[in-house]
Amino acid sequence: MKALIDLEKCTACGVCQDVCPVGAISVPETHAVVSDDCTLCGMCVDTCEFQAIRLPDVGAGVVSDAAAYRGVWAFAEWRRGTVHRVSYELLSAARRLADKKGVECAAVLLGENLSSAAEELLRYGADVVYVVDHPALKDFTDEAYSRCLVELVRDKKPEILLAGATSMGRSFIPRVAAMLQTGLTADCTDLDISEDGLLLQTRPAFGGNVMATIICPYGRPQMATVRPRVMRPEIQPRNGRIQRVALPEDVFRTRVQVLEVIPEEDTTARLSEAEVIISGGRGLQKAENFRMVEELARLFKGAVGASRSAVEEGWAPVSHQVGQTGQTVSPTLYMAIGISGAIQHIVGMQGSKIIVAVNKDPEAPIFDVATCGVVADLFEFVPAFIERVKRAG
Amino acid sequence: MKIVVCIKQVPDAKNVRIDPHTHTLVRQGVESIINPFDLFAVEAALRLKDRHGAHVTVMTMGPPQAEEALRDVLSRGVDDAVLLSDRAFAGADTWATATALAAAIRKLGDVSLVFCGKQAVDGDTAQVGPELATLLDIPYATFVKQVELEDEGHLRVVRKTDEGTEVWRLPLPALVTVLRDVGDPRLPSVKHKMRAKKATVPVWSAADVGLPEDRVGLKGSFTQVVRLFSPPKRADRWMLEGPVADQVEKLYQYLKEAKVPGL
Repeated sequence: MKALIDLEKCTACGVCQDVCPVGAISVPETHAVVSDDCTLCGMCVDTCEFQAIRLPDVGAGVVSDAAAYRGVWAFAEWRRGTVHRVSYELLSAARRLADKKGVECAAVLLGENLSSAAEELLRYGADVVYVVDHPALKDFTDEAYSRCLVELVRDKKPEILLAGATSMGRSFIPRVAAMLQTGLTADCTDLDISEDGLLLQTRPAFGGNVMATIICPYGRPQMATVRPRVMRPEIQPRNGRIQRVALPEDVFRTRVQVLEVIPEEDTTARLSEAEVIISGGRGLQKAENFRMVEELARLFKGAVGASRSAVEEGWAPVSHQVGQTGQTVSPTLYMAIGISGAIQHIVGMQGSKIIVAVNKDPEAPIFDVATCGVVADLFEFVPAFIERVKRAG
Repeated sequence: MKIVVCIKQVPDAKNVRIDPHTHTLVRQGVESIINPFDLFAVEAALRLKDRHGAHVTVMTMGPPQAEEALRDVLSRGVDDAVLLSDRAFAGADTWATATALAAAIRKLGDVSLVFCGKQAVDGDTAQVGPELATLLDIPYATFVKQVELEDEGHLRVVRKTDEGTEVWRLPLPALVTVLRDVGDPRLPSVKHKMRAKKATVPVWSAADVGLPEDRVGLKGSFTQVVRLFSPPKRADRWMLEGPVADQVEKLYQYLKEAKVPGL
């Protein structure tokens, strides 16, 4: 199989030839020709202004009863006594999609001792909250959480299922998709409904250099994980109902044994949770200077990030590394101090809302992704900025 | 003990972007690298081999050129390699990829442990590992920073979550996806390079692993890309120059107005 060229529409302009990452397209004379090297990546499709290229259809998951699937669900993430904020973000997104389709919006809450948590979800737009309250759900395990969610989906048949792209969601949701034999799109930053009623799932690809919109035409439910802090939580109380669901005991069985759960005491290390991340790089020159980054992070009650070089110098532990082999973060504020902005770093933080870069080299690539660039000697600027924040007002 | 490491060849991040003026994808060369997280998976497997003895097989699904990536890993001390390559595999989403890998691992037989990287840096989905484990019907642990063989039949792992760490015990066979914390990848050695050069890398097609063509590649996929485009442009960047005192005040006011938490 390879990309298909519509000979009527193709003008032999050659644009597709230039974008093909594997050099599979040539334009000998009257129209483009695709060779067997085509990997069906789809990069040519959208670049053709004459809509002359399309991919063959996906084939999997033709459900005979697709119409039986109705409603939009959000998986509510319960973590030791509280519902995580991403749940409200998802629920607000699910509400919007459900309204657009004219269907019901539900939240699914799994955990232990879930008395007040379900009520709170009704305030964010759920028509119904399905609750499975069981001691075996106290600690997260991929197996028990997957089985519960799969049982509920099989029974109630939602057409769309959203979950947070958190460490929990990214771990067990692929299992849910595989058990249900349906498609899953990770890390979406935008969701919409197409004219023919399908879920349009948009996500960054290639480290955020390209955005891709993905559909799941035949599998049901259409499943997506959504990055935290992308959707806005909106309070919109409804006369929703809470439905407790009892599932058979074997659903909760798991082969994995959770021996210990150790919360990170040092909140400056919780990069994926932080609203503010202050990050330092090679420009800081030595370990002592990295303390400025830590002090600023403390003032913002944020987390400390580090470039790969800062980690390699031993100024910060590897758990603080932001970038391609470290963590991908998207806080409200990301402040890069003395980081030149290698592509490997940029792909890990360019989803942040506000990016402030402090660097004395005005040509540093970090300024290309910055919302605010400060061209200054960081050894003058940062101490002065710390003083200003301390003074407040 | 038989260990399989799954790796992926990915385009070097700096080679892929959309030209801001023409809105077309720019490729500067077609350089590929081994997904960085997969090299950590290789390292995790080799460390277990060093300590307990094991037979480590590296596996990838990709075009014929992916053989190069397998030879690189062989030169680091992995025992043998398998390349899944077939036109029918093209256009696979994570599900169709996991389907092919699962069939190949079943064909190898008697595999105790499968290592994958946390995610591939081109797709960033982190889905193939858990989907593969589900298809193989074995337990798994994601985002693992430490792996120890507790006894013949169990693995003890430390995994990183958004809130801290967890210690899990998994019965073998199992699958683990790893972070860079498992240890820096060793470099190719002269001895292993020689061996890697001479090694024959079997190429398995869909038929070889017993899969009909409509279960793999695009035909076996649930998801389909319908559009690729440039990320939305950021609002105009604001550059602060001039005296430091002014820069400090302007940045402070800017963040205050933007209601950055903590100020």
